[in-house]
Amino acid sequence: MARTDIGKLSLILLFAPFALWIALLIILPQLGIGYISLREKVGPGEYTFGFANYIAFLSEPIYWNTLLRTAWMSILVTAMALAVGFPVAYYIAKIARRRARAALFLMCLIPLWVSDLVRAFGWIVILRETGLVSTFLQKIGLVGGPVELLYNDATVVMGLVYTVVLFMIVPLVSTLDGMDNSLIEAGYNLGGSRFTVFRRIVVPYAMPGIVAGCIIVFMLTAGSYLTPILLGGKNSMWFTEQIYEQFVTRYNWESGATFGVLLLVFTSFVVWLGLRLTGQSLASTVAKD
Amino acid sequence: MNVAAPQSPFLQWLYRGYMLAFLLYLAAPLFAAGMFAFNDSMFPALPWNGFTLDWFFSSTEPKIGMFHDRRLLRGLENSLYIGVIVSALAVAAGTCNAFLFERKQFPGKSFFYILMIVPLVIPGVILGISILVFASMIANGLEETFGIEWDFLRPGLFLVILGQFSFLTTITSLVIAARLRKFDISLEEAALNLGATRLRVLATVTLPYLMPALFSAFVVAFLVSFENFNTTLMLVGSDAPLTITMYDRMVKVGSTPVLNAVSFFLMVGSGALALLSVVVQRGKE
Repeated sequence: MARTDIGKLSLILLFAPFALWIALLIILPQLGIGYISLREKVGPGEYTFGFANYIAFLSEPIYWNTLLRTAWMSILVTAMALAVGFPVAYYIAKIARRRARAALFLMCLIPLWVSDLVRAFGWIVILRETGLVSTFLQKIGLVGGPVELLYNDATVVMGLVYTVVLFMIVPLVSTLDGMDNSLIEAGYNLGGSRFTVFRRIVVPYAMPGIVAGCIIVFMLTAGSYLTPILLGGKNSMWFTEQIYEQFVTRYNWESGATFGVLLLVFTSFVVWLGLRLTGQSLASTVAKD
Repeated sequence: MNVAAPQSPFLQWLYRGYMLAFLLYLAAPLFAAGMFAFNDSMFPALPWNGFTLDWFFSSTEPKIGMFHDRRLLRGLENSLYIGVIVSALAVAAGTCNAFLFERKQFPGKSFFYILMIVPLVIPGVILGISILVFASMIANGLEETFGIEWDFLRPGLFLVILGQFSFLTTITSLVIAARLRKFDISLEEAALNLGATRLRVLATVTLPYLMPALFSAFVVAFLVSFENFNTTLMLVGSDAPLTITMYDRMVKVGSTPVLNAVSFFLMVGSGALALLSVVVQRGKE
């Protein structure tokens, strides 16, 4: 009897911090921005409630265009990170020898711990008008004057892929690592070509890792702030930038909260769709260390 | 023979070339950011004017090194302060969560487990604004109904700590839970049979076993907190951490080599910490 009482007490004691954390820092604040987004200021201290902020969002093309642009660039970045990262993960997990594997993996992880800001700053030093690439091109005589490689979409995409590709590689390596080479061998023995083996054996096996990587990368990209602004300039039209502007520059919390809700709904929808289409669950992908 | 590898020598070389190119891509901006910390010039650009440590240690205008730049040092101090507090809190909460989900059975467990992971898939900017909004609602409510002023609910260090804590706890919980899952429960049972109390078992058997995970969870949380920008940006008051100070400098003053010096310092610092955590993890296993 006393034993189950202790069990219950410890369950409550362990559950309390969890409940406080999730309720006070996650659920209630999200409800808070939902509430503010439905509020409209009609006078000092006077508010009405309705969907006016959402209607304002829809009737202003620059707002929803920014969201669409952020969305499609995030999807592009996710696809490119997968394309760039998969061969690297495959090499680390399946081809490199034991010692080289650990070293390569560590080398891939180190930039992960360097702030986005430092990485973006590094790209600025390389790509701007007085940067390394421009100086080099002038020196070898390929171009007459300084070239500006910053502030265009291609650079933003490249920089974003750089920032997130490691989050693609890590889950891919851990899934591919578990794959037995005999599966590949069996595929060849049964007469499969290189491409067939890749498509029918390697990719399905790596699916949980691919989904996990894509979800993390997509969320990070859609929610990123520094890279688009620093590499794309002030007119990079990124949705988080709009949120910041509404909140901090214009002090219009109602519309800022509306944008926040829209971004959250949108990214959640994409994550849900991705999980649904591939038949994975959030717990089995993202939380798998 | 490795069946997973390409068989023709040409393809093998091509693959190695790709790996090399990828590693260069990874290293290029880090190298560029670090290199110009040592260039004796007013701008982080070529030509190379010779090696100097002025951007770290010089105390005279116009080259004020980072260790004499009061605002950068203040930022560093704030970052360390926030990082230590938030990591300690996140490790404590993460340990509770790990025990909760690995040891306890309760209704709705899988639903709560999903809730625990959710903070990782909410964009940082949104975590920031939602906590800002919620804290302001409470502060305004208190002010209007009771006339109490709770200034710590306005943007500032306290909110930054809360904001970072909100998602770091998920990370620490996952790291600690992964280690706890591998723990052999019979060790605890043996200690209990030998007459130890539950608390004593926890202190002498279970927690020492978890130590490497607690340590690496702390390091991970500290590093993520130190480099966090998105959530912090929305919650920051007058006491800005280093990343915000550096960003401000970059946007308002433009880039000077002192920022390269800070970058170099950050890279060496976080690289060393990350390596230390890997070594500790390896050593104990």
